[in-house]
Amino acid sequence: MTITGHTEWNAKEAAAVIAPIVAAESGPVLLCLQAVQAHFGYVYGDAIALIADACNVSRADVHGVFTFYADLREAPPPAVPVRLCAAEACQAVGARALKAEWSAACEANPELATLTGVDEPIFCLGNCALGPAAMVDGELIGRADVARLFEAVDAAQVRERQL
Amino acid sequence: MSIWFVPRDAAARSMGADAVAAALTARGETVVRNGSRGMLWMEPLVERAETRDGIRVGWCNVTAAQIERALPSEDSEHFVGPVEEIDYLARQNRWIYERVGVTDPLDPDDYLRHGGLIGLQNALAVSGDAVVDMITTSGLRGRGGAGFPAGIKWRTVADQSAQPHAGESRDATPHKYICVNADEGDSGTFADRMLMEGDPFCLLEGMTIAAHAVGADRGLIYLRSEYPDAIATLQAAIEIARERNWLGDDILGAKVAFDVEIRIGAGSYVCGEETAMLESLEGRRGVVRAKPPLPAIKGLFGTPTVINNVLTIASVPSILARGAEAYAALGQERSLGTQVFQLAGNIAHGGIVETAFGITARALVSDFGGGTRSGRPVRAVQLGGPLGAYLPDDKLDVAMTYEALAAAGGMIGHGGIVVFDETVNMAEQARFAMDFCVEESCGKCTPCRIGAVRGVETIDKIRAGQDVAGNTALLRDLCDVMTQGSLCAMGGLTPNPVLSAINQFPEDFQSPVIATG
Repeated sequence: MTITGHTEWNAKEAAAVIAPIVAAESGPVLLCLQAVQAHFGYVYGDAIALIADACNVSRADVHGVFTFYADLREAPPPAVPVRLCAAEACQAVGARALKAEWSAACEANPELATLTGVDEPIFCLGNCALGPAAMVDGELIGRADVARLFEAVDAAQVRERQL
Repeated sequence: MSIWFVPRDAAARSMGADAVAAALTARGETVVRNGSRGMLWMEPLVERAETRDGIRVGWCNVTAAQIERALPSEDSEHFVGPVEEIDYLARQNRWIYERVGVTDPLDPDDYLRHGGLIGLQNALAVSGDAVVDMITTSGLRGRGGAGFPAGIKWRTVADQSAQPHAGESRDATPHKYICVNADEGDSGTFADRMLMEGDPFCLLEGMTIAAHAVGADRGLIYLRSEYPDAIATLQAAIEIARERNWLGDDILGAKVAFDVEIRIGAGSYVCGEETAMLESLEGRRGVVRAKPPLPAIKGLFGTPTVINNVLTIASVPSILARGAEAYAALGQERSLGTQVFQLAGNIAHGGIVETAFGITARALVSDFGGGTRSGRPVRAVQLGGPLGAYLPDDKLDVAMTYEALAAAGGMIGHGGIVVFDETVNMAEQARFAMDFCVEESCGKCTPCRIGAVRGVETIDKIRAGQDVAGNTALLRDLCDVMTQGSLCAMGGLTPNPVLSAINQFPEDFQSPVIATG
């Protein structure tokens, strides 16, 4: 079984992804970084220089933008990313306990930890009346508990296999 | 044959609405995917009507397994009767949210049948100046938190001439922009999301009215990446609106040209601050700008720019349709019209309550919200997001207006209300507020960037029992520096939750977690 949340880096493809943005937009740096990540699943290191050259700005500028935004990542994402909301409305209904319980489950199961990346905390998914909220492989979950997280991880793996 | 309504809203989907809709379809039933009514504890709330616009009866917390066994019956314990007669909905006064939950969000004919475009037609029949005057008359203020009068902002932009992009630009045409701030990062708020998912044409109509009012030709919606459903729905709505000439070069044959694009955020809370948002839209780090110049004069790429929150812009179509005077007749003092309150956290009946300003926090938490979900007593309520104060239960009789809340040391923010029961530790919440500022500070000014780090350290010392009196005094002093010395609301308002926790819940700061010498 192979589950991949990303495609192999390819400079030619990356150049083709950013060319129309650079041609059309004022201030294209962030849009280029987002487009590269949308295409490859992450921003491979070589992309920084590529975008800097295309946009006629310094590599430091592009690196600065890249490191500012929490969404932009330099390594491929886990196959089935799990994100638990860490903000107040979810704290009020047990988000801290859920995180502890889920982390313990991942600690006991290294395969699960690799598959899901354990947890990349997120500040608010906009599901604040049905907390704790979680997002598993892009799918929003309300009133999450560990059992529902497991269900969602299984469902994500089934979806990936069908692709 | 009956028509079934199953919400497509992300909150309903997070409770299994897709599977319910699929199960109904598998039985050969006709299913419409509406927005959510905003009674989120009932989701998935499935409704049935005999005709498309007929009276709807509903069933709450429906599961796919139930549908697979049998269609819901009126004897079921899930049956809630005629949905619009449910007290929670019947007691609201919906202007912004008048169609949310009622219509199919992506059916333009449904939009027209339920009052869509009346506001825009009324606006296009008069001059832009007249539209600005109507917004001023309505008393509409910014719903993002700052509460700046929308009419004054629009007037400022209308009085400027369009400008080409500043600096090294590929675009030499003069522009003015309407930028919608849909970076709804406050915990406990989801009204922007539900509006964009439940009635996206309303936002586009409001933007088009604003464009006509101030003479703008371009619109951008800065929408956070955490809202994939809202992004998809709004993108689909933009394409439909272009096909219908609701956007484009000749909107409704009135020779008005305006188009809208979505820009997606990248996981930064501070980009909800308007100048940080402009930096991000220009492709840079989301670092706050000093004002002046005001964005209304030199905003996006140096052009005159209206920046309004989703709810501000979404209020505009109904104001133009039903009249500015009728809108201004609602509310109190200088808090006029309706506000969309969001009940969140540990609350039995969480969801959307749109009503005139002036309702008390207690009425929202107790009468609408039904108290805590856990059934334990309410201990603290955070109003206005992560930068808002915590109020104890005995201070909830405050009226929800900009003025009354400011007098009580709180703020209305984006209308979010997060309820905590008695198990909350307020020292832990105060620490979180500082820690959130550490995570999300843009780094431009020292009180916020360094102060938040020192704040976390100092609260940790207090919680560990180290010189509690001295460290509490130090923390208060630090909060004072952050309040007075920060450039924007991030550093300037982070002391709100911290100081309110210390002042209202001092007992939580006096029993050390670990006793040390």
